[in-house]
Amino acid sequence: MRKLLATAALAALATPGAAYTVYVSNERGNSITILDSETLEVLEEVPVGQRPRGINLSPDGRFLYILASDDNTVQVMDTETQQIIHNLPSGPDPELGVLHPSGNPLYVANEDDNLVTAIDVETRTILAEIPVGIEPEGMGVSPDGKVVVNTSETTNMAHFINAETYEIFANILVDSRPRFAQYAADGSLLYVSAEIGGTVSVIDPSVPEIVHKITFDVPGIPPEALQPVGVRVTSDGKKVYVALGPSNRVALVDGETWEVLEYFLTGQRVWQLAFTPDEKRLFTTNGISNDITVIDVENDEVIASVPVGQQPWGVAVSPN
Amino acid sequence: MPRRYFWAAILGVMASLAFPAGAAEQVPAAIVRVEHPRPLPISRLDLPPEDLGLAGARLATADNNTTGGFLGQEFALSEHVAAPEGAVAALEAALADGALFVVTMADADTTLALADAAGERALILNALAPDDRLRGEDCRANVLHLAPSRAMLADALAQFLMVKRWSDWLLIEGSHPGDQLQAEAYRRAAAKFGARIVEERVFEDTGGARRTDSGHVQVQAQMPVFTQRAPEHHVLVAADENDVFASHLPYHTWDARPVAGSAGLMPVSWHPALEAWGGTQLQNRFERLAARPMRPKDYAAWMALRAVGEAATRTQATDLATLRDYMTGPEFGLGVFKGQSASFRPWDGQLRQPVLLAAGDVVVSVSPQDQFVHQVSPLDTLGTDQPETTCSRG
Repeated sequence: MRKLLATAALAALATPGAAYTVYVSNERGNSITILDSETLEVLEEVPVGQRPRGINLSPDGRFLYILASDDNTVQVMDTETQQIIHNLPSGPDPELGVLHPSGNPLYVANEDDNLVTAIDVETRTILAEIPVGIEPEGMGVSPDGKVVVNTSETTNMAHFINAETYEIFANILVDSRPRFAQYAADGSLLYVSAEIGGTVSVIDPSVPEIVHKITFDVPGIPPEALQPVGVRVTSDGKKVYVALGPSNRVALVDGETWEVLEYFLTGQRVWQLAFTPDEKRLFTTNGISNDITVIDVENDEVIASVPVGQQPWGVAVSPN
Repeated sequence: MPRRYFWAAILGVMASLAFPAGAAEQVPAAIVRVEHPRPLPISRLDLPPEDLGLAGARLATADNNTTGGFLGQEFALSEHVAAPEGAVAALEAALADGALFVVTMADADTTLALADAAGERALILNALAPDDRLRGEDCRANVLHLAPSRAMLADALAQFLMVKRWSDWLLIEGSHPGDQLQAEAYRRAAAKFGARIVEERVFEDTGGARRTDSGHVQVQAQMPVFTQRAPEHHVLVAADENDVFASHLPYHTWDARPVAGSAGLMPVSWHPALEAWGGTQLQNRFERLAARPMRPKDYAAWMALRAVGEAATRTQATDLATLRDYMTGPEFGLGVFKGQSASFRPWDGQLRQPVLLAAGDVVVSVSPQDQFVHQVSPLDTLGTDQPETTCSRG
């Protein structure tokens, strides 16, 4: 019932139709900016812990998990009241996390401690600490919830972790400084971006092995500025969007041929991406220009940029 | 039998003795630090720690072994500290231990002696000597340079000063050979980027103890006099590699002008305040290991052995020829926590890398500056570019 009321309240504010709530973590501003996905109106900027980077929403949209790196904790925000209701034990310096498809546990990369921590979000306890390579960052989980993938930025690997036993069962060497791991919705492919290597490795996770490496080329942009970070794939697997960091571009890649189809101009240093659940819009965080760029996914065009807090880092969109 | 094959055969035997065969493939490396006599630094904060450089090599070895643990490779490090006259003997000891990759921390002449003694037996990774002649007329095919050259450091500072429109420099150089070479690098940088050196002065090192004057006794009276009656200038650039006077320039100059070079705004390969590009993680890892901040010499030694580790990881090989060829080839790229991939210039073996401009406790800027473009890589706007090289390492 509370949820219904909340939805009704939101609907009253927003235009009719598919309006979702967008959450942006501001790494320097120590805050979360909350905006409406349709009107793009900033509704709120909520102060949170220090250096919030990765953010994840529970599948029902009720809780926002905020990885407050400099506070060495995961803060849990009740999205109805926008209050921090409790913290989760995260281990030191949590940077990026991923939720099990069921909503529990939360897997977090502890960048400074070469660990992946599995956290039970209900009992608020640490289920496991898994030693991985140096500077773990990217986190992905297979759609069936059986495999957790972590990328380590200095070891340059994607580590495949059995979600039941918490044991690493495979390691794939990718290019330099892997930042992000994203499964296709059907679980058949895994995309791993390499920031310094300048590539996205397309991995067949059933083997696992690299089947293709996506490269990028923008006339007039030095190759070393093309630094892939965030990756998102449409649920039909046909479109892959890759944020290219200091080149201020997002690439649209064909999910079958892996050809780059288009580059979208965004704000400065674009790192993380999130779709609306209906996949009509894609939001980017632009860390240097303090804004987000909104891409219309249906027509593949940039439709707006919206100022948010200082140095936006993570982005998540409510499921309803 | 040609000499190199002879050595390879001997080395094979030695390596099998020194590093007994196990499940993992071994990558044996060494660091040779040569202790050149040097006066005390002006500030006690700059006293060299006992493990200077060695700690960087240890961290790289640990980093390599984390990756190696996943891939069945094991990285070993032997450490050698020697007086200049014992440098070659230390190298021989390292080679006898089976080392194929030797990080050197030595002056230019000693670096050359070590490189020539090693010949085809090992790859020399220069983590200290900034001399441009080691990248030019005295370059060697078996040497790669992790430390930035004097030309790279001077160019990095010059770019920033030109972006600031501080184009008129008063150049003050020390009287030691290294200072003169650094001053020459600033002259070259000024010509390259269009700055004007309005006057040059030489600060003679007359010797004497360091601890008698921390700045407030005679220096406070001497420095203003030394710097007075200079032509109009925007900035004072100091070339004082031997740390004789430059640290006393800021606030003691006659004119109210900023100081750069060997004091004030300094071009450095690394600074313990750098937090960008994951730098915090490297700083923390190093500080956990060494219980002190990471210095540029530690960073150079760290990069040297990380480069070896990266090559071993990528090629899945452990032999000298394969790793050396990969390191100097077009595929090689090393993450060095400065925002872009570092790689070796094929024409002189120098690692192309960004240079930090730091002042006191903070990093002020990073060169190359965006305003300077290059047809191949903006990093090649720093130091000696391919068309200008006098190196014929092939």
